[in-house]
Amino acid sequence: MSHDHTHSEQHHDAHHHEESFISKYVFSMDHKMIARQFLVTAIFMAFAAMVMSTLFRLQIAWPDEKFAVMNWLLGDKWALGGKMSPEIYLGLVTIHGTILVFFVLTGGLSGTFANLLIPYQVGSRDMASPLLNMLSYWFFLIGAIIMLGSVFIPTGPAAPGWTIYPPLSALPEAMPGSGMGMTLWLISMTLFIVSALLAGLNYIITVLNLRTVGMTMMRLPLTIWALLVTAILGVLSFPVLLSACLLLVFDRVLGTSFYLSDIYINGTPLEHAGGSPILFQHLFWFLGHPEVYIIILPALGLMSEIISVNSRKPIFGYRAMVGSILVIALLSFVVWGHHMFVTGMNPFLGSVFVFTTVLIAIPSAVKAFNYITTLWKGTIRFTPAMLFAIGAVSTFITGGVTGIILADAALDINLHDTYFVVAHFHIVMGLSAILAMCGGVYHWFPKMYLRMMNKKLGYAHFWLTFIAAYGVFFPQHFLGLAGVPRRYYTNSAFPLFENLVNIEELSTWFAILGAAAQFIFFFNFFYSIFRGEKATKNPWGSNTLEWTTPVEHIHGNWGEKLPVVHRWAYDYSKPGAAEDFIPQTVPLAPGEQDEGRGGHP
Amino acid sequence: MSSHAIAKPQGWEGGTSPFGASTGKLFMWFFLVSDALSFTGLLAALGFMRHKFADIWPNATDVFTHLPFTHAHLPLFYVGFMTFDLILSSVTMVLAVEAGHRCDKKGVTLWLGLTILGGAIFLGSQVWEWAIFIIGSPEGAMRTMFVEGHWIQQVFHGANLQYNEYGHTLYANFFFTITGFHGFHVFSGVVINIITFTMVLRGVFEKRGHYEWIEKIGLYWHFVDLVWVFVFTFFYLL
Repeated sequence: MSHDHTHSEQHHDAHHHEESFISKYVFSMDHKMIARQFLVTAIFMAFAAMVMSTLFRLQIAWPDEKFAVMNWLLGDKWALGGKMSPEIYLGLVTIHGTILVFFVLTGGLSGTFANLLIPYQVGSRDMASPLLNMLSYWFFLIGAIIMLGSVFIPTGPAAPGWTIYPPLSALPEAMPGSGMGMTLWLISMTLFIVSALLAGLNYIITVLNLRTVGMTMMRLPLTIWALLVTAILGVLSFPVLLSACLLLVFDRVLGTSFYLSDIYINGTPLEHAGGSPILFQHLFWFLGHPEVYIIILPALGLMSEIISVNSRKPIFGYRAMVGSILVIALLSFVVWGHHMFVTGMNPFLGSVFVFTTVLIAIPSAVKAFNYITTLWKGTIRFTPAMLFAIGAVSTFITGGVTGIILADAALDINLHDTYFVVAHFHIVMGLSAILAMCGGVYHWFPKMYLRMMNKKLGYAHFWLTFIAAYGVFFPQHFLGLAGVPRRYYTNSAFPLFENLVNIEELSTWFAILGAAAQFIFFFNFFYSIFRGEKATKNPWGSNTLEWTTPVEHIHGNWGEKLPVVHRWAYDYSKPGAAEDFIPQTVPLAPGEQDEGRGGHP
Repeated sequence: MSSHAIAKPQGWEGGTSPFGASTGKLFMWFFLVSDALSFTGLLAALGFMRHKFADIWPNATDVFTHLPFTHAHLPLFYVGFMTFDLILSSVTMVLAVEAGHRCDKKGVTLWLGLTILGGAIFLGSQVWEWAIFIIGSPEGAMRTMFVEGHWIQQVFHGANLQYNEYGHTLYANFFFTITGFHGFHVFSGVVINIITFTMVLRGVFEKRGHYEWIEKIGLYWHFVDLVWVFVFTFFYLL
């Protein structure tokens, strides 16, 4: 036994004392509890962001109508008589984006599944540093509270969009939300970055250093590969956002001019001179683009596992899957310019970014094809998790195709800042990730809460969500092609868009349907925690290590001895085997080859 | 390499890291990689602006010409001294780590003490450099200066975040931001070193039986030094 194992076993022994409510449920250092804390927080944040999106969809579809619900939710200040004000429209769009990108699909998705699955699937008793793990949750939670709280302050939340471009974000006097709202946004984001750093370091080091005996890198389940690479992306890209925000804070507070050139407000020139808002965009998107993959890679990892288990087939092309994750991660750092084609970028530089961006289609297509070939001739079990995973493959392809359109600078210059872009990234990144996350919740719910979620409600949730999701975003492609700009509070002043109103309304009707469908999920989730059917040890017939632990949660996950791994994670329906799955802990039979090692015994 | 480093990895079968580094040291390594990217962000921003204003960007040899207690015209001498001091403190840190490997408490005390001294001298020097750089009031202050081969008394405005006598304001903006961010790292490093120093004196590491902690803070200290080399290169030399 190595140093680390003896260390973690001592750590395990030290935990055998009785725990109070506070140390078990609040300041917990157990990865299983922290995963559930992240999940519940993320569900709450997603709910808040969903309500916001429903409100601004109502506004953009019927810009001249009044809605009692707006006045009820937003109050007289922001919706006098039920008519939403432009300031809060922009504020809600901003906070909706920020919450979903950072607090749900980064913190929530990675936080939940990396915490749950990394120690379980690599065969470790906990994270490398349970203390930092706990801190990462608490930084996350405080950041989330501040971000959500900023909606309720008198001057309103930050409103320059989730990308917080200067000058709207750099000049406190630029618009109501640019003052206190923007300050709170920056504080919240700083806490989030600290949380992401602590969490990311923990994930990387746990995967590298705390794998059990026999768990070589090429025997890791694809979930772990995806989460590892995601953590590396986070550790490399968030500090650049931190630097960008640091310069932004100096512009706001100390009167520097990093992002501000000669600017007039109400005819009065400001002191600032010489800076460039384009600098911010470069720094922001250097984080911002890897951030997209920080969101989608864990989703792809969860999909790999769910699809393989429920097809009762080994994942197709394991090595290609690992390779494509690595290539996607690498490319994600050299494509940020494709967000900036309209900033007056040198056309030659633009064409370089076009090339690198289109290149990403190759590893992405490898993944999409491998999912489909895994399904091919499989013995498919349509569990709710499986439906969500297949749904995510669908949206990943649909959104990926429009990604290639937008990658082309010549086309992007026409489509930039239109609803086409909104449709593209919501489908490829938002929907794929959220569908995979839902799939993950249905799949690993028995591991998290020791009970099963209701299957029928799961089906209802899936079909309504899936149809509504396409219903919301598919029509928006046509709005974008017709030139409807994103982030506008109303388009009723433009006769050009008059005959597109029906499409806006259609999209909003589906948004309402989709939001309503989530209540099925909320009910199913919270009801099943307390009243769901009791889970068995390995309900899905799965190979990975988390299903070899006792049904009840125990500290240290396994009893006396850690499991020893003898094979890769994908021995499903192996010819000659008695059952259609062989857990990773089962030793190789005489003459049997470990598929994960490329056929070499 | 730590005392329990494991020879790697003929037919390695999991269980420990392929890097053969302890968990704590890996944490430090990956943190440093991450922190390097935050400096990269700032230096890239500097490069962006410098490229944009290449014609009017001040030349460091015209700006950093002073040496404390003298009126000599010695461009970049002072910052050269600061750099030399920081590199020396890295050398003493290496010696402290080496003494730690031998569990030599006296050696660790000596070399870590000198490292703290080196860090403190660097910080003090930076304070002086900032102080002569910042003149808060628009009227400026009288300074004896060396202009075109002659010593003259003249009004000196210096630079601050809104105003820069030497040229573009952004030059001063970046100067204070980048050297400040680096100085903050040095300051943190000195504080950590002082805490560690008291732990050495109290015999904490002797009880533990190893001085691995010194290696971890050593990594941090070398990182801070390495970053300074980049700051020095991009801000003062180029």
